[in-house]
Amino acid sequence: MSAGAGPHSASEYIIHHLHPLAVGEGFWTLHLDTMFFSLALGVLFLWLFRKAAINATSGVPGPLQNFCEILVEFVDGQVKDSFHGHNPVIAPLALTIFVWVFLWNTMDLLPVDLLPAIGQLIGIPYLRVVPSTDLNSTFGLSISVLCLIYYYSIKVKGGGGFAHEVLGHPFGIKAAPANLLLRIVEDLAKPISLALRLFGNLYAGELIFILIALLPWWVQPLLGWPWAVFHILVITLQAFIFMTLTIVYLSMAHEDH
Amino acid sequence: MNINATLIGQMITFALLVVFTMKYVWPPIMQAMHDRQKRIAEGLASAERGVHEQELAKAKAAEMLKESKQQAAEIITQAQKRAAEIVEQSKLEAQAEGTRQLHAAQAEIELEFNRAREQLRGQVVNIAVAGAGKVLKREIDAQAHAKLLDDLVSQL
Repeated sequence: MSAGAGPHSASEYIIHHLHPLAVGEGFWTLHLDTMFFSLALGVLFLWLFRKAAINATSGVPGPLQNFCEILVEFVDGQVKDSFHGHNPVIAPLALTIFVWVFLWNTMDLLPVDLLPAIGQLIGIPYLRVVPSTDLNSTFGLSISVLCLIYYYSIKVKGGGGFAHEVLGHPFGIKAAPANLLLRIVEDLAKPISLALRLFGNLYAGELIFILIALLPWWVQPLLGWPWAVFHILVITLQAFIFMTLTIVYLSMAHEDH
Repeated sequence: MNINATLIGQMITFALLVVFTMKYVWPPIMQAMHDRQKRIAEGLASAERGVHEQELAKAKAAEMLKESKQQAAEIITQAQKRAAEIVEQSKLEAQAEGTRQLHAAQAEIELEFNRAREQLRGQVVNIAVAGAGKVLKREIDAQAHAKLLDDLVSQL
């Protein structure tokens, strides 16, 4: 679908593509497309890995088990590198983040008009297929991670220990207000940087795909192909960064000063 | 671009995914990998053990071979010694037997010789008597001249 066949002008086309399929009013708006695709990709991930897990054998593994084992071992290695405590949650959490975010981002490689065009055929007016171009998704992940950071900070150090860390570092207990202020900034920066990094990269990538789609048809492959190839790196890298930073933040939460 | 209830929805989805992964995905795969690791380690260890045992068996076999060769050599030596002994003994026995038979034959010959001489002597007496009778042209009375004849015989 070129620019002319859909909405009438280029800006309308772009706005249409970035418009979520939403229901509800105000805060209680729900982006159905984001929810649907992220859930579907999550189910795909779980189905694939559960299938491998059920048939997991200590003998000669099949292709699916091999694939899953490579990912599991990779994530396990990352966790072991950065996280020195013992916590059975961290590694599965990291695996979930990595694969789930990777699958979100991979939706970016689908032709920008494919699913929205199909959606329009069956009467869905707006469809944004990449969950990571929705701030709600990326913040949903990063805020969940922040909650875990607080949970483990308090669990490992105790309420008093945590309060002491918040008020006593890095300048000592006498500068408690300054420490608290720094800590607030730090803890705000964690989820915001996590969420915005992922969102920004994928949103920009998607936007460029949309812009390429506005060009004459014979230019599209010339620009779209290199950008897609480059994007393979971006989507993997962003998933990896999100996972690694999560591990690092949780590892910091476990460290007792 | 606004933050709304989707955020909460995504957080819930995320929590469910993590819990499922933690309970049903991670442990079996890790278990399978650990089991395989253990099996491979065991396999390598047993292979090494097998090689070691083979070396031991080889050494043992070589030793046994050497021992049996030695035994065989001993047996052969003994047999040779025994054979030599037997031959030696047989030689001695044969020599003794030969000597004995020789003596027996010599005795027999002597006996025969003596017997023949006696016989011959008797005949010579008769011939001499007959000869003498013819010379004297008369009958010699054997009884009357028995003493004379006996002297003659003993001189022969």
